[in-house]
Amino acid sequence: MTNDVKKKKQLMTRLIPLIVFLCVSIFLYIGLFRDATVLESTFIGRPVPEFALNDLVEPELQHDKSVLSGKPMLLNVWATWCPTCYAEHKYLNELAEDGVYIVGMNYKDDRKKALRWLEELDNPYKISLYDPDGMLGLDLGVYGAPETFFIDSKGIIQYKHVGDINPRNWNGELKAVYEQLK
Amino acid sequence: MKKLFVLMTLMLSFSVAAVIDVYDFESEEQEALFRTLTAELRCPKCQNNNLADSNASLAKDMRTKTYHMVIEGKTEDEIVTYWIDRFGNFVLYKPPVTLGTAILWVGPGLFVILGGIIIVRNSRRKVRVETDDSDDELTGAEKDRLAKILKDSEK
Amino acid sequence: MIPEIGHFSLIVATALSFLLAIYPLIGAKINHPGMINSAKPLAIMQFLLMSLSFAVLTYAFATDDFSVGYVATNSNTLLPLQYKISAVWGGHEGSLLLWSLTLAIWTAAVAVFSRGIPKVALARVLAVMGMIAIGFNLFILLTSNPFDRTLPYLPLDGNDLNPLLQDVGLIFHPPMLYMGYVGFSVAFAFAIAALMAGRLDSAWARWSRPWTLVAWVFLTAGIALGSWWAYYELGWGGWWFWDPVENSSFMPWLAGTALIHSLAVSEKRGVFKSWTVLLSISAFSLSLLGTFLVRSGVLVSVHAFASDPARGLFILAFLIAVVGGSLLLYAVKGSEIKSRGKYGLFSRETFLLVNNVLLIAALLVVLIGTLLPLVHKELGMGSISIGVPFFNNIFFYIMIPFAIALGVAPLLRWKKQEADLRPLFIQLAVSAVASIVLAIAIPAIVADSIKIVAVVGLALAFWVIITSVLEVYIRATHRHSFASGITKLGRSHWAMVLGHVGLAMMLIGISATQNYKIEKDLRMVPGDEVVFADYLFEFERIGEANGSNYEGYKAVFNISKNGKFETVMHAEKRSYFAQRSMPMTEAAIDWGVTRDLYIALGEQLADDSWAIRIYYEPFIRFIWWGGLVMSIGGLLAVSDRRYRFVNKRVAKAQ
Repeated sequence: MTNDVKKKKQLMTRLIPLIVFLCVSIFLYIGLFRDATVLESTFIGRPVPEFALNDLVEPELQHDKSVLSGKPMLLNVWATWCPTCYAEHKYLNELAEDGVYIVGMNYKDDRKKALRWLEELDNPYKISLYDPDGMLGLDLGVYGAPETFFIDSKGIIQYKHVGDINPRNWNGELKAVYEQLK
Repeated sequence: MKKLFVLMTLMLSFSVAAVIDVYDFESEEQEALFRTLTAELRCPKCQNNNLADSNASLAKDMRTKTYHMVIEGKTEDEIVTYWIDRFGNFVLYKPPVTLGTAILWVGPGLFVILGGIIIVRNSRRKVRVETDDSDDELTGAEKDRLAKILKDSEK
Repeated sequence: MIPEIGHFSLIVATALSFLLAIYPLIGAKINHPGMINSAKPLAIMQFLLMSLSFAVLTYAFATDDFSVGYVATNSNTLLPLQYKISAVWGGHEGSLLLWSLTLAIWTAAVAVFSRGIPKVALARVLAVMGMIAIGFNLFILLTSNPFDRTLPYLPLDGNDLNPLLQDVGLIFHPPMLYMGYVGFSVAFAFAIAALMAGRLDSAWARWSRPWTLVAWVFLTAGIALGSWWAYYELGWGGWWFWDPVENSSFMPWLAGTALIHSLAVSEKRGVFKSWTVLLSISAFSLSLLGTFLVRSGVLVSVHAFASDPARGLFILAFLIAVVGGSLLLYAVKGSEIKSRGKYGLFSRETFLLVNNVLLIAALLVVLIGTLLPLVHKELGMGSISIGVPFFNNIFFYIMIPFAIALGVAPLLRWKKQEADLRPLFIQLAVSAVASIVLAIAIPAIVADSIKIVAVVGLALAFWVIITSVLEVYIRATHRHSFASGITKLGRSHWAMVLGHVGLAMMLIGISATQNYKIEKDLRMVPGDEVVFADYLFEFERIGEANGSNYEGYKAVFNISKNGKFETVMHAEKRSYFAQRSMPMTEAAIDWGVTRDLYIALGEQLADDSWAIRIYYEPFIRFIWWGGLVMSIGGLLAVSDRRYRFVNKRVAKAQ
């Protein structure tokens, strides 16, 4: 090939490292604005797994997965050892008053402490599950508190939110997700 | 002083902060399997720790559950699948082999092949006549000086 | 008042960096001797001011000046003095100041110790280093100032240094690493200066090489030190986790190793020039990338500094400017770099290039393995993890051709191997057979089972050692008797031998420890005993063990081998006052040439027994000694006669 074409080809070759680097930089840039510790859920579109948990308030009462279907609802994973749950609780009360159906799951916690918490801070939960050893948590892929699952009337999990629910993210995207639950 | 030979079947696992879980295994294979699993499974909420090294309570729960599955006789694949089912591929330190992760193997592999081709091709290339090293050539005076220095250094 | 002096010196140093980056460069362009010569004094002034700044920060730590926010976050009145001083680089801001000081040190060193280099070229090199200094100093001043005061609040005491860092490892590991990372900026500057000037003669490689070697020595030692520190400090018997921060140090090392070999070839044979320039850019670019990864919060790691998107943004912008700029310069001006000379397929050049390719392939494995989870997640494909099983597996396969080629290359001639290859093939075949035999025999005799993976690793190690010894013998007896010939081998030659043998030692350590390590986690009360690997571990007693800023327990073990008493080991568990988060393990390690015994004390259990973890690690010391031997090899290479200042007359003539 002619000298000019050859030179151009060599220039193109030498540009490859730069192009690769710039592409990598784009991903690095995006990464700066993401939380690297957030894990997406494997349960989106899947039904709630089988379980048998006692009620938090009435220890004799047992619940199974049927309490998590029948209508659109939120399943909120919380604990008294979790400071963010404390921050979120007041807003959950407001949402419950607005008609949002919330089931609570007390996760790896002390029953007495949990009950006292609900008394002092009001109880937004229509049903309170008690998962002291975290086994349902494991079966749902819970890795921290608070986490909230958005479940439809068929008992299918449609969305999972990690972290607290507050006015900003509720009015931002979560409310829309809830309202779309069938 | 009590002399006690502790049998190899008594097994504990803990981490830097020395949280102790007590496990009994029925055989060395089971113990080895448990060790392999807790090394290749990742704690979902930690700052990059495997299950064996983490003192988070979630990791402890996962270890306990893993232990029970090992005792029940489940295989490595079954146990890994169990956890991936709940936490996704993140929980395994071995990446899945998919189109998305293919570059892990293809990238370096292609580079080696490409490098090999270039090496072979360059070794067959003719000598380039044009150089920019004309100032690498020594002048007559410099050649004499060089000869003198070489002679000096061989003494 | 005094911290403000430190702050002020930093500002003036930054101003000098600007001058250093611009003035000599213009001077070089218009060939103005005054401006060109300004580079050296500017570099020295910059160094003096940075040293002052760093000294002031150290003083603030040494005198418990908690009005300085950084001191309050990282120190404590009860902290022993040596840790107060090393706490200076224990956190983000101070470690950046150390980075900048290290850069100033290297810049001044290049300015002072470069008599053989034409002043014009030197001016460009120093100017490039000045540009890098601008970036770091501005970063510190604008986002990460260690001199910020907490006034009007004055903490009564500090938060204390993380107990894991209260160790001699912190005194040496970061400074050595930084000397390595920053040291690669010299090779980088030489490459950029050459590209700017549009010429790359063979002398360039000769100037660049000693600086690159010294940086490589520091990085090798720094990484080995870090690995050793993690082993004895963390209580898990491991020495490498392929954590993103560890990978961030390993990537520049891989590029640097490829670079020192490529520089050697460029210097001696005038070939590979374009590749060497690219490697010079890459090694330092990877140091910068590492700085970004560790401080931006983009990747999850136990080692990472506290992250902040604003800081990450600054570093990323700097990274794009430096790396993008240099790669653009390479693309545009790279055509000026021509290598003359050719080499045959079966020549030393080829095998060196093969291993260069393998080193960079390994680098790509680490780079892609570290960054892919991020990319994969951002592309919406979900979270994945890439860790120990993957990396160990791939590196095993890369090591095989690498070690084989490494053994062959020194036995080959430059340019073209002579026609009759039979003597060479016989030597190689005999070496191969001997390696395999040894690799099978040794585990068969010493260990209780023969594992294929171990045999492969050991065979590769013995192959490297045997071919190295063979090569020394051939070289020494080339024209003289062995005794007189061996004294005539230059330091450079011994450097190569040590470098390769060091690697072989590491391979032995890795093969032995990965395959024949024994771990036992046991529940013991004082009086209990356990036996394995021919050793008897007797748990004698447990008692209190307190220090100036902690309290804890100490377990005493008596160790006997085959009935004979060997040693006493003390394993401790400490709770530090200022940080009650978790107790720290101070493992007991009885180290030896052929094995380490490692005992870590856990928690007391419900039935009053104690959790004890015991490891038997065969030949694990070889891993770090191998690193040490490699570093010594590097030092030998730098101290070779050729780099001495014999050329005073030559320098004067310029």
